[in-house]
Amino acid sequence: MSNFFKETDIDTSQAEAIVTETLKNCDDGELYLENHKSESIVLDDNKIKSSTYNSDQGYGFRAVTGEVVAYSHSNDISKESLRKSSDNLKDTLKSKKGTYNHEIPKTNNKYYENINPIESKTFDSKIDLLTSVNNYLRSKGSIVNQVTANFLGEHKSIEIIRSDNQVLKDDRPLVRFNVSVVLEKDGKKETGVYGVGGRQSYDDYLKDGSWKDVCDEAFRIANVNLESKPAPAGEMKVVLGPGWPAILIHEAIGHGLEGDFNRKKTSAFHNLMGQQVASEGVTIVDDGTLHQRRGSLTIDDEGTPTENTVLIENGILKNYMQDRLNARLMGTKSTGSGRRESYKHVVLPRMRNTMMLSGKYSQDEMISSVDKGIFAVSFGGGQVDITSGKFVFNCTEAYEINNGKIGSPIKGATLIGDGPSILKEVSLVGNDMKLDPGIGTCGKAGQGVPVGVAQPSILINKMTVGGTKL
Amino acid sequence: MIRDQEFLKDIASYCIENSKKLGATDVGVKVIHSVSENVSFRNKKLDESNRADSFAVNLTTYIEKKKSSINSSDLSKSNLEKLIERCIDATKITPSDENNSLPDKDLMSKEIRDLNLYDETHYPNDKKIEFLKKVEETASTDEKIVNTEAGFTENKNNFILANSNGFLCGYKTSNFSSSCVAVSKINGAMERDYEFGSTRFLEDMMKPEEIGKIAADKAIKKLGPKKIKSEKIGVIFDKRISKGILSTLASAISASAIARGTSFLKDQINSEVFPNSINIIDDPKIEKGLGSQNFDSEGVETNSLKLIENGILKNYLIDTYYGKKLNLKSNGRSGGTTNLYFENGTLSFKDLLNSEKKFLYITETIGHGGNIITGDYSVGASGFMVEDGELTYPVSEITIAGNFKEMFKNITLANDLEMKYTTNAPTLLINQMTVAGK
Repeated sequence: MSNFFKETDIDTSQAEAIVTETLKNCDDGELYLENHKSESIVLDDNKIKSSTYNSDQGYGFRAVTGEVVAYSHSNDISKESLRKSSDNLKDTLKSKKGTYNHEIPKTNNKYYENINPIESKTFDSKIDLLTSVNNYLRSKGSIVNQVTANFLGEHKSIEIIRSDNQVLKDDRPLVRFNVSVVLEKDGKKETGVYGVGGRQSYDDYLKDGSWKDVCDEAFRIANVNLESKPAPAGEMKVVLGPGWPAILIHEAIGHGLEGDFNRKKTSAFHNLMGQQVASEGVTIVDDGTLHQRRGSLTIDDEGTPTENTVLIENGILKNYMQDRLNARLMGTKSTGSGRRESYKHVVLPRMRNTMMLSGKYSQDEMISSVDKGIFAVSFGGGQVDITSGKFVFNCTEAYEINNGKIGSPIKGATLIGDGPSILKEVSLVGNDMKLDPGIGTCGKAGQGVPVGVAQPSILINKMTVGGTKL
Repeated sequence: MIRDQEFLKDIASYCIENSKKLGATDVGVKVIHSVSENVSFRNKKLDESNRADSFAVNLTTYIEKKKSSINSSDLSKSNLEKLIERCIDATKITPSDENNSLPDKDLMSKEIRDLNLYDETHYPNDKKIEFLKKVEETASTDEKIVNTEAGFTENKNNFILANSNGFLCGYKTSNFSSSCVAVSKINGAMERDYEFGSTRFLEDMMKPEEIGKIAADKAIKKLGPKKIKSEKIGVIFDKRISKGILSTLASAISASAIARGTSFLKDQINSEVFPNSINIIDDPKIEKGLGSQNFDSEGVETNSLKLIENGILKNYLIDTYYGKKLNLKSNGRSGGTTNLYFENGTLSFKDLLNSEKKFLYITETIGHGGNIITGDYSVGASGFMVEDGELTYPVSEITIAGNFKEMFKNITLANDLEMKYTTNAPTLLINQMTVAGK
C-alpha cells in the first residue's frame, strides 16, 4: 500500500477536508491517487535492446454535476496543487447544483494478490530467460531471421477519497510476456507473435519450461504463414476458433454496449434494449471477477466492486456496462465498469473480460458444414465505428475451407462486418469456450486499459473477407 | 504557468552529476513540463473541463557499452536520487551492446533557431466555451444532425535535453487544437464524421463555423451507404487518409526496420520505389510547423531531407544506435520524421476524379492492416463511388487490399497539398486495388 501523503505538506484528513468542501454541491466525484511502477525489458536482434523502469505518481480530482465533468490532474501531491485543482473544479461547476450520492457498495472479495511482480523476480533471471528464449528459437535453424522477446510488469496502487471521508484502496499487479519471431524461407518473410499474462507473478506463467510453449506457438504461427497464399476477397462463411478471436465480440458489440455511447444515443445499439440482437443460443457476459485475469478488478476506478454483468442472454440484449455517471443519468446502477488508464484520465465505462459462453456444437461440425469459407484461428487486433456499427479485425492465422475440409493457410486479411447484425449471423455456437492468453489492451478515447476476451468456436454465415484474390 | 528553462536545467544537471558520481560513464536526460487545458461540449452544453499539469524525467545511463533507463513524473531530488541509484544498478548488470553510445559530438545541434513554435497567448476557458458554442451551432443547423461533440485544447510545453558531453538545450512549444464530431441520422441508421484543426499559434486556428460546418456536411454526405460488389478498381485516397501512405513509408525506411531486416524496402536504397514524378521531403525547419524541431530526441541537428527523389529512395531515417549497426551516421531522425510531405502533383483534384470513368473514393479506413515486413495491406474502408468525375453515392462495409510495393509504384498525386498535419499528402490515386464487398 502506498502512503500518498508521506513526504508531502498535507495529510489524509486535510486532503479529505478539501475533497468534502470541493464536492459539497456536486452529484459525484472523488480524489483518485495513483502510484504506478512498471518495467519493460526487451531483447531484440540478439541483444538486450532496452531495460526501462518507470515510476509515476499523481492525482486526478474529479467533480461531477448533471452531465458535466470537471477534472484536474497533477504529479504534484501538495496542499497548493490540490487547492488549485479544487478552485478549478469549483469554477467550472459554479452555476450548477447537485446532491452528492454517498452510496457505494462494499466488497470483501479479492481477485488477485498484492504482489509486486517487478520485485518478485530478479533482474538477472529476467535477462537470463530472455537470452534462453533467443537461443531456443534460434536453435530451430537458420530459417529464424529475427527474435524479439520482452517482459512488461507493473504494480499499481490506487486510493479513492470520496466526499464523506470514505477511502477505497486497491493494489493491482499485472504482467505480460511476449515473443515475436520472424522466419525467412525462399526470400519470403513472415512473423509469428504469441504472449501470456495476467495479474500474477511472471513465474506463474513461465515456470517448468512453459516459456518454451510460448516460443513454440510464435514459431508455429510464423511457419504456417510462410506457406500462406493470397486471401480471398468477398462475402463468405467464417469459422472462428475459440479464445482470442473473441476480439470479434469485443469490437462488434462490446463497445456498442458501453453506457456512455448509449446515454448519448450515438451507439448503433441505443434503442435495442430487451430486443433480439443475436441468434438464440448466444449469451455474452462482461466479467470483472475472474481470478488473476488481465481484465479483472477487485474494485473499478471509482471504487465500485466489479461483477459479472450479463450483456446478452440467449440473444436478447439485457444490460449495458455502466460507470457511476452514465448509470445515474440513465437511472440504473454502476456495473463496476468505470475505468481509467491512469490518474491523468477521466473515468469511462469500459469492458473487463468479455466472454461468449459455450453452446453445444463441435468445431468439426462447423467446419464440415462449410462448402467455401475461411477458418480464422488468431487475430492481431480490431477497431469499431460504434455509430455506424461497422467493425474490423485482422487475421494473423487463417485457412481456406473447401468442401468441409481445412485447406491452405491464407495471408493476413482484414474481416469487416456490421455489429448489430453480425450476431444474428452466428449459426452455430461451439462447446469449447476458451479464455485468451492474457495479452489484450483496449483503446478508447486515447486511453488504454487491460482487458480479456473469451469465446467458443463459432460459425458465422456471412462476413466480408478483405483479401486480394477475387 | 509553465516552468522556465532554468528550473528544468537544474534538474537535468542534477541527474547527470549524480549518475556520474555513481559510476555512469555517459548520461542522457530529458526533463519536460507541460500544462494542458481542455474544454469539451456536447449538444451545445458543457460536457467536460480538464486541466493537466505534468512533469516527466527520462534518464538513460551508460557504463561503457551497458545501458539502462528510468522514467518518472516525480521531480523531487529525494525520488530522483533513489531512481538514479536503481538505474545505475540495472545498468551494471545489463549485458553490453557495442552499438550503445551517445551521439557523435560533431553531429549535435549547435545553435537554436527560433522556429516560431511558441505562442504565449493564453486562451481562457470562457473564450474556449464561446468558440465551441459557435462550432456546435454551425454543426447542428441541419435536422439530420442528431448529436454533436466539440472540444478545444490548449497545450504549453517546455523541455530540456541534456547529455554528459555538455549538450544542454531546450525550448518552449505550444499547440492549440479544436475538433468537432457530428452524428447524422436517417431512417434509424447513423453515421459519424469529424473535422479538426491543430496549430502552434492561436491566431492561425480555423474559424469555429468552418470546423462545425465541415464535420456536419461530411456526416450528412455519408448517410445511406451501400455495400458494393468485390472488384479490382482504382482507389482515390482523400487527403485525410492519403498521409497514411507516408507514415507507412516512414516505418519501412526507419533504420531499425532496415537493420533488423524487417522492412519490405530492405535493400531498396537508390532504387525506384515510386513513379519518377514523385518527391518526398522531411523538413524540420518549417516556421510554425507542427512537426518542426531544432534537433531530434538525442540532440542531433535535424535538417531537411529528401527521402524520395524522382521516385528513388535516397535516405533512411537514422538514429545513433541503428546508424552504427548500418555503418551510417545519424541524420537526426531519432524519434522519427518531422514535417513529412509529398511534393505537390500536377493534376487538379477535378482532373484526377475525371481521369477514369469509375473510381472508389475513400474518406476513412479502420483497422491496422498494414504489414511492414511483407508490405501486405488490408483495411476496412468507407467513402464514395465516383462516376464520370462526380461522387455518386456513399459506400461502406468494404475492405481495400494490396501490397505497398505495388501500391507505391501506382500512385498519381493531385496538386491540392495543404500543410495541415505533421504528415501531409495531397489527394492521391492508386490504380487497381482489390475491393472486397458483397
